[in-house]
Amino acid sequence: MNKIMNMVNAVNNSLDIKLGDDDRVIVYGEDVGVEGGVFRVTEGLQLKYGATRVFDSPLAESGLAGTAVGMAAAGLRPVIEMQFSGFAYPAFNQIVSHVARLHNRSRGKYRMPIVVRMPYGGGINALEHHSESLEAVWGHIPGLKVVIPSTPYDAKGLLISAIESDDPVIFMEPKRIYRAIKQEVPEEKFSIPLGKAKVLAHGSDITVVAYGAMIREVQKAAALAKKENISVEIIDLRSIYPIDKETIAESVRKTGRIITVTEAPGTFGVSAEVSAIATEEAFLHLEAPPARVTGFDTIVPLPRGEHHYLISPEKILYQIIRTVKF
Amino acid sequence: MFTEYHPTKKNRFRVMDNDGNIINEKYFPAIDDKHIIEAYKDMLFARTADLMVVSYQRQGRIYTYPPNYGQEAIAGAVAQLIRHQDWVVPAFREMGLYLAKGATLKELFLYFMGYEDGSRFEKSNHMLPMSVPIASQLLHAAGIGYEINYRNKDEIVYTFVGDGGTSEGDFHEALNFGGVWKAPVVFIVQNNQYGISTPFHMQTASDGIAIKAMAYGIEGIQVDGNDFFAMYAAVKQSIEHIQSGNGPVLIEAVTYRKGAHTTSDDPTKYRTKEEEDAWDATDPLKRLKAYLISKGLYSDEEELQIIDEYKKEIDRQFIEAENYKPYPLQDVFSYQYVDMPDDLKQQMVEHERFLKWKEARS
Repeated sequence: MNKIMNMVNAVNNSLDIKLGDDDRVIVYGEDVGVEGGVFRVTEGLQLKYGATRVFDSPLAESGLAGTAVGMAAAGLRPVIEMQFSGFAYPAFNQIVSHVARLHNRSRGKYRMPIVVRMPYGGGINALEHHSESLEAVWGHIPGLKVVIPSTPYDAKGLLISAIESDDPVIFMEPKRIYRAIKQEVPEEKFSIPLGKAKVLAHGSDITVVAYGAMIREVQKAAALAKKENISVEIIDLRSIYPIDKETIAESVRKTGRIITVTEAPGTFGVSAEVSAIATEEAFLHLEAPPARVTGFDTIVPLPRGEHHYLISPEKILYQIIRTVKF
Repeated sequence: MFTEYHPTKKNRFRVMDNDGNIINEKYFPAIDDKHIIEAYKDMLFARTADLMVVSYQRQGRIYTYPPNYGQEAIAGAVAQLIRHQDWVVPAFREMGLYLAKGATLKELFLYFMGYEDGSRFEKSNHMLPMSVPIASQLLHAAGIGYEINYRNKDEIVYTFVGDGGTSEGDFHEALNFGGVWKAPVVFIVQNNQYGISTPFHMQTASDGIAIKAMAYGIEGIQVDGNDFFAMYAAVKQSIEHIQSGNGPVLIEAVTYRKGAHTTSDDPTKYRTKEEEDAWDATDPLKRLKAYLISKGLYSDEEELQIIDEYKKEIDRQFIEAENYKPYPLQDVFSYQYVDMPDDLKQQMVEHERFLKWKEARS
């Protein structure tokens, strides 16, 4: 049976399914118990599964990640929530030094099936530290997998895979579209494999790679481009790491042009990686240099200045036309 | 015990004086002579191995090593009380306990020779590898403690940190999480007076570490960490406390790092001979040995003979470690993920291709 869900419902539904079918799954974080999280993603789960399965942790992000390491070593599958990705910095040492490493350090004796959920990204008129996009930081750490859904359907299927993964997964939720997109999602369990991108729209003139909240902006830009007779192929990465090189390369071999759109700063970012993949894997097919439309290399401005920073469909269109006419 | 020796009373828990006389009969633990002798010999083995590793390191046969010298009674006491199902979440200065938990000396040597294989602890149950990022491991112990409660298991976690580590945020977060969860964890601070070169009074303005337990609503006790009987009794009391469902205990084991921080460190730069000599009088092995001799349970002759046997055994395991197999390229990649990404497999294949190219050219 399908049900209309937004991304908040879909993530909640995945957690519900996994709490129900695997008693090793433990869900905790700041305010996730009684309140159901500041975005209500875990609403109702404590009532259904009890306070030993779903609960509020003390307000300490390093503590959250560090205790998850111990739980995982002892055989549980913790799903922890960082209230905002910008609050994850105190947990950086635990995530980099242990979550990502204990399996390697112990030569496979202790697995780290941990999911670190974190809402990320701008566009919600938030305070400082509530708007950043850190996917490139996590993607750079050996030992982690990094996933970002762009739809309720993907959020559900990817989170099921993340919780069932024996490797740790940083699961970044684009909070700007938490409730903005509604679609039919199967109520029963299904999963989407990690590390596989999805071609959302087939096109012949240019490939646009994006993920998370930027997909919606790219789709708008593609519609604008169509009016100018430019046919855009859209790739939703879905996994930042492992990154699906083949889908990117195959598309570029067909279109000869590629743009990557990220809300995060461009320098040393995912867009740089995608451009490198296009160049390394499809050099002779390229008819224009791989281009990028990204956030500035600045701190995300507070709400009154945020419109300068956020990527608009027009800005994507601007680059599409420049690259096609190169 | 926790009331009588409450940290606010500033009364460090001791059972034996520096000459091996029992000065606190009330708390002399229920441990038979056989096990006292066994504990002493295990501590002697750890010390002998430790001193030999330092000399191997000077010969260039092993990399940087952090000696346990002078702190053996702490691991030694826990080693006597730990059960197969209990957990050890180590820092890196608890050799006697690793061995009691089933690690081999050869594995410890391998680790300090530069092989991750040394952290396999193949015959050991429930022991994490050594943790280099200071104090971070304490949170792992709290998390394991959560699982033990969640599954209603009869297990206890022993975790360790130095005095320097108590300044880290993770120390406080771990005691806090442990307290809230009533986690079955014994947090043991080896207060050996120095964080590398930084003396204890530069680490905290607090009068000791045990008193910090109060802030987290858990029991704390300051123990003479060089007094085997006091350590044994305090750990035993902690086990009873935890098994009655009362949650974690913080033991501050006051000791002295007789050796260097690691073989790369030179303590003469920051402490005096007088200070070292004063602490020497409290040496844990010297005290326990004096006790055993006074009871007629042990002799210097026996010790000479045992040390000789130990040295042969330690050397045998060291040479075995020295002759360990070469480090294969696959091992760099194999354990990074359970489910290795194709891209990583590709990187290994590419590197192998390069190696073949290099070989063909030479």
